Amino acid sequence: MGEFIDALAIALKAGIGFQAVFLALLALGINMQFGYTGLLNFGQIAFAMVGAYGIAVSVSQWGLNFWVGVAIGIAAAVALALLLGLPTLRLRADYLAIATIASAEGLRLLFRSVSATPVTNGSRGISGFNSTFRELAPWDTGRRYRILGTFWSGADLWVTTVGWTLVALGCLLVWSLVRSPWGRVVKSIREDEDAVRALGKNVYVYKMQALVLGGVFGALGGMIYAIGTGSATPDQYQNANTFLAYAALILGGAARVLGPVVGAMLMYFIIQFADSGLRSLIETGVIPEGLLSTTDVAQIRFVIIGLGLILLLVFRPQGIFGDRREVMLDAR
Amino acid sequence: MTHPTDRVRRHGRRSRPARRGSPTPAGAASRRGVTVLRLLLVALFTAGLATLIPGTAIAQGESVSGTLRTSLSGPIEGVEVVVTTPDGDEVGTDETDENGRFTIEVPGPGEYTVTVPEDALPEGVEFNAGNSRTVTVDPGRNQGVIIGLDDGSRGSGGGTVRWVQLFVDGLRFGLLIAMAAVGLSLIFGTTGLTNFAHGELVTIGAIVAWFINVDGGVPLIPAALLAMVIGALIGAANERLLWRPLRRRGTGLVAALVISIGLSLLLRYGYQIFFGGSSEAYADFRGQRAVDYGPFNLTDKDLYSIIIALVVLLLVALMLQRTAIGKAMRAVADNRDLAASSGIDVNRVILVVWMMGGALAALGGVLLGLSDEVQWDMGFRLLLLMFAGVTLGGLGTAYGALVGSIVVGVFVQMSTLVIPNDVKYVGGLLLLIVILMVRPQGILGSRVRVG
Amino acid sequence: MPAEPIRTGATASRDRLPAREALRDVPWEVGVAKPDPTIVVDGVIRTFGGLTAVSVDHLEIQRGGITGLIGPNGAGKTTLFNLLTGFDQPDGGTWSFDGRPLGKLASHQVARLGVVRTFQLTKALSRLTVLQNMLLGAQGQRGEGFFSALVPGLWRGQEQANTEKALELLRRFKLDAKKDDFAGTLSGGQRKLLEMARALMSDPKVVMLDEPMAGVNPALTQSLLGHVKDLREQGMTVIFVEHDMDVVRDISDWVVVMAAGNVIAEGPPESISQNQAVVDAYLGAHHDAPLTIEEEDAQLAEAEASISRQGRGGGESLSSDATHRKGGDR
Repeated sequence: MGEFIDALAIALKAGIGFQAVFLALLALGINMQFGYTGLLNFGQIAFAMVGAYGIAVSVSQWGLNFWVGVAIGIAAAVALALLLGLPTLRLRADYLAIATIASAEGLRLLFRSVSATPVTNGSRGISGFNSTFRELAPWDTGRRYRILGTFWSGADLWVTTVGWTLVALGCLLVWSLVRSPWGRVVKSIREDEDAVRALGKNVYVYKMQALVLGGVFGALGGMIYAIGTGSATPDQYQNANTFLAYAALILGGAARVLGPVVGAMLMYFIIQFADSGLRSLIETGVIPEGLLSTTDVAQIRFVIIGLGLILLLVFRPQGIFGDRREVMLDAR
Repeated sequence: MTHPTDRVRRHGRRSRPARRGSPTPAGAASRRGVTVLRLLLVALFTAGLATLIPGTAIAQGESVSGTLRTSLSGPIEGVEVVVTTPDGDEVGTDETDENGRFTIEVPGPGEYTVTVPEDALPEGVEFNAGNSRTVTVDPGRNQGVIIGLDDGSRGSGGGTVRWVQLFVDGLRFGLLIAMAAVGLSLIFGTTGLTNFAHGELVTIGAIVAWFINVDGGVPLIPAALLAMVIGALIGAANERLLWRPLRRRGTGLVAALVISIGLSLLLRYGYQIFFGGSSEAYADFRGQRAVDYGPFNLTDKDLYSIIIALVVLLLVALMLQRTAIGKAMRAVADNRDLAASSGIDVNRVILVVWMMGGALAALGGVLLGLSDEVQWDMGFRLLLLMFAGVTLGGLGTAYGALVGSIVVGVFVQMSTLVIPNDVKYVGGLLLLIVILMVRPQGILGSRVRVG
Repeated sequence: MPAEPIRTGATASRDRLPAREALRDVPWEVGVAKPDPTIVVDGVIRTFGGLTAVSVDHLEIQRGGITGLIGPNGAGKTTLFNLLTGFDQPDGGTWSFDGRPLGKLASHQVARLGVVRTFQLTKALSRLTVLQNMLLGAQGQRGEGFFSALVPGLWRGQEQANTEKALELLRRFKLDAKKDDFAGTLSGGQRKLLEMARALMSDPKVVMLDEPMAGVNPALTQSLLGHVKDLREQGMTVIFVEHDMDVVRDISDWVVVMAAGNVIAEGPPESISQNQAVVDAYLGAHHDAPLTIEEEDAQLAEAEASISRQGRGGGESLSSDATHRKGGDR
C-alpha cells in the first residue's frame, strides 16, 4: 500500500511537472495544426529540438545571451516550418506527414552525427545554458520545497511555473484565434480545402500560418524541456514523443482549446503511474523477474501508448470529454 | 553497410550510456547492447525528474569498447587489446570476440590509451593511423574507440573504384527497400491506408528468422522461407483483425493513419521487450570475406541478397502484369469501386495484397538482418526510406515504389561520396523533400483531379 | 424531409429575359461569338496521360444568361470547370473573364474576381454550423488576417453585417431554422442549397454550378431551379452542368454540348434535341463509352460513391476515399 501511495505521488508530480508542460506545448501546437487545420505534422519533436538547441548552441557554444538563444530557437522553428511547408502544403495531407516524420528523424541523426559535433557536441549533447534562467527565479533555486506532499527543487519549481504560464498564454492565443474569422477559415480548411479555395481564401497561406504557429509552440516546449533537464541531447528528442503528444491530444480532445493541456497532464500521470506501479510490483516480487524486468518497464510505456492510441481512435475518437456525434459527422 | 566505419559507428551508438552493475561483466558484449538501449530509454523517459539526463543518473562506472573489423577480413577475433593510463600503467585487457568486439572496464573517468599489438592483425590488414588511440572517458560512459584499419578495399590499394562500390552497395540496399516498399505502396493503393506499421512487418520477418535460425538451429534459408510464411500470416492478420473491421466501420483515413502509428509503437517496443535492444547476427554466413570483382568488392551473402531480391521483385512484377490476381490488384489500386462493380472481390484482393506485402517485407527483413544484423527497430529505420521511395515513385503505384526505392538506396549510399557516412540517411530524406518540391506526383505518378 | 414549397412564377415569362433576347439572332454554331461575352475560352487543352479530357477551340459565355453545359459522362465538363476556376492547369490555351486573362491565377484568385463555383460532390463543411459556412463565403474580411484576428475590435462590426446578410440569404433558401446545426447533419439537397447560398455570400459575378440537381430530392429540385433563375434576375451569369434535359430546357438560355472533351454543339435549348452530332454523342456514349472511356467509368463510380456517401452523412473514409481519390486520378 505504501508503494501504491508513493507511485501515486510520483505520478501526480509528473502530471504537473515540466515534462507535462513539454508534452502540453507539443500537443498545443499539434492541436493548432491537426485539430483545427487538419495538417498532419508527424515531426513536432523536430521543432522542439531546434528550439532547445537554439538556446543550447547559442548560449553554451557561441556564448550568446540566453534571450538571444530563445529568439534563435523560435526563428529556427519558423524556418523549419517554412522549409517543410513550402513544398508540401500544396499537396495532399500525406506529403506533409511524410516530410515531417522524415525531417524529425533526419535532424536527430544530423545533430548526433560526428560532423555536427563542433556545433551540437554530437550525441553527448550540450549542457550549462540555463543559469540566466535560473537567476531570474524569485526564490532560491538551490533549496527543496514541499508542495502537496511532493518535493520539488527550487529550479524545477521555477521551470514548471514559467512553463505553465507559457501554456496558459498559448491557450489564450489559440482561444482568441479560433473564435475569430481566421479560426473559421482554418477549421473550414480542415473540413474541405477545395471549398475554401473556391470561396477566395488563400488556403496555402492559412496552412502555413497554422504550421508555423504550431511549430513555435513545439519549439517553446523543447526549450522548457531543455531548461528543465539542464541539457540538450539529440536522443531526448525521439520522434516517439510526437506520437505521445498526439495521443495526449486525442485523449484530451482535439480541436478543443484545453484538450491538449488536460490530455498532457493525464497522459503523464497515467504513464508515470503505470511506470512506478509496475516497478514497485516487480521490486516487491508480485510480477516475477523472469516475466518482466525493471528495464522492460521503459518499453512497456510505449506499448501502452501504442495500444492506447489504437483503442482511443477505434472506440473514443472524440477523446474523453468530446462529443462523439461531432466527430462522426465527418470521419476524418 | 559492411564498411568498417559503419560497424564502429553503429557499435558506438549502441554503447553510449553504459550499463552498470552487471553481474557478469565479461562475455556480455552482446547483452550489453540490450541494456544500453533500454537504459537509454529509461534515461530519456522514466524515473522522475533528475534521471532525464542520460549517463549521469544511472551509470556508476566507465569503460572503453570498440570493434576490430574490415569488409575484406570480416571481424578479427582473438586480438589482445590493452588499455593503459597515460603514464603507461596497464588498466586492463580484453580479447576480441567472434564479432571482433572488445570491452574493457576502466577505474574511473579520465584519459586512457587503447593499444592493439602491431603484429596481431591478419595478413593484408593494416592500421591506417597507428596502433593506439588515446581517449577521454567521461563519468559514467562507455567510450567507443575507433582503431582505423585498412584492408586495401578503400582508397589507393586494391582494385576498388569507390563510386562503383557505393553504387553496388546502394543497389543492394535499394532492392531491400523496394522489397518492403512494394507492399506498402500496394496497400496504400488498394485501401488508401498510409501504413506506418509497415516497418514492423520487416522487423518481425528478421526476428522470426533469427529465433528459428539461432534458437531453433534451423539453417537460415529454410528459416527465411518460414519467416516469409509467418510474415504473410501476420499481414493477413493485420487485414482481417484490424483494417477490414475498421473499413467496415467507415474509419477515417487520418484516424486509420494514427491507428497505424499506434500499432507501430505497440509492436516495435513489444519487439524490444521480447528480442532485447541488442543487434544480433544470424548463425549462418558469418564473417564472410568480400570477394574482389575488380571495381568493387562484395561478400557472397550480399551478392546472393542482390540476386534473390532481383528475382523476387521480377516475379512480383510478372505476377502484377500476367496473373489474374495481379491484374485485379492493379485494378483495385486504380479504382476500387470500378473494380468491385466489374465483379472483382475487392476484400479478397486486399487480403492477398496484405499477405504479399507481409511476405515481401519479411524477406526484406531477413536480407537486411543478414547484412546489418537483426535489431528491434530496423524496420522502423527503414520505413522512412520506404516512404521516400514510394513517394519518389508516385504514391500507390507498385512499379513506382520499385523504381523509387532503388533510386533512394543508390542515392543514400552514393551520397557518402560528398557527405559523412553517419548523415547519409539525412541526405536521403533531403532528397525526398527536394522531390516533393520539384515533382510531387513522383516519377511515375500523375496529377490528381479535383471535384 | 418536408416538401419545399414550389416557387410560383419562377417558370413564367422566359422570353422576356434580356439574355435570351440577345442570343436570339446568334447562329447555332460551335464557337460562335456572343453579343456580350463575359468568359472567353481559347484553345484550352487538358490531357490526362494519353486521354484528352478537354480540347475546346473557342467558347464564349453570354453575360447575364444561364448557360447549360451538357454532355455524356466523361465529356470533360467538370474538367473544364476545374480549368476555368484554377483548380487544374491545362496543357495549353488561354481563357479570360471580362477581358482579364485567368490562365496564371490560382483558384482563390479566380474566386476573388467574382467567379465562384460549386462542386459535383457537395462540399459542405460538416463540423461548422450552417451560419459559419455562410460567413466563410463573405469576401474581404478583416478578421481573416492572422494578426488582425487577435483584435476583435477590428472585425466585429463587419462580422455583424455579414451575419445579417447571411441570415437574409438563409431565409431565402429556407435554411434559417438550421442556422446553428452542423452542416454535416443536413440532407443532400439542403447541402446543395447551402453551397449555393454560401457562394452567393461572396457577391459573385459568375456562378458555376456543377450538377446542382444531382442527388437532390425532387421536392427540392423546383426550389433550387427557382434560385438559379433568381441569380439571373439579379444580373449574375450562371454556368451549370446538368444531366436532366428537362431541367436544362426549363432554365437555360443557351446550351453548350460537350463530348470526348470537345464542344460539339451550341444553341438555344430547343435546338439541341434536333442536332445530329448531339444525338450521336449520346447514343454512342450509351453503346461504347462505358467500355472504352475510362473517365466515364471513373465518374460513374464517383457519382455512385457520392450517393452512398451522402446517404451515410458524408465524409472521407478509409475505403470510399480511395475511390474518390483514385477515381479522379486521371
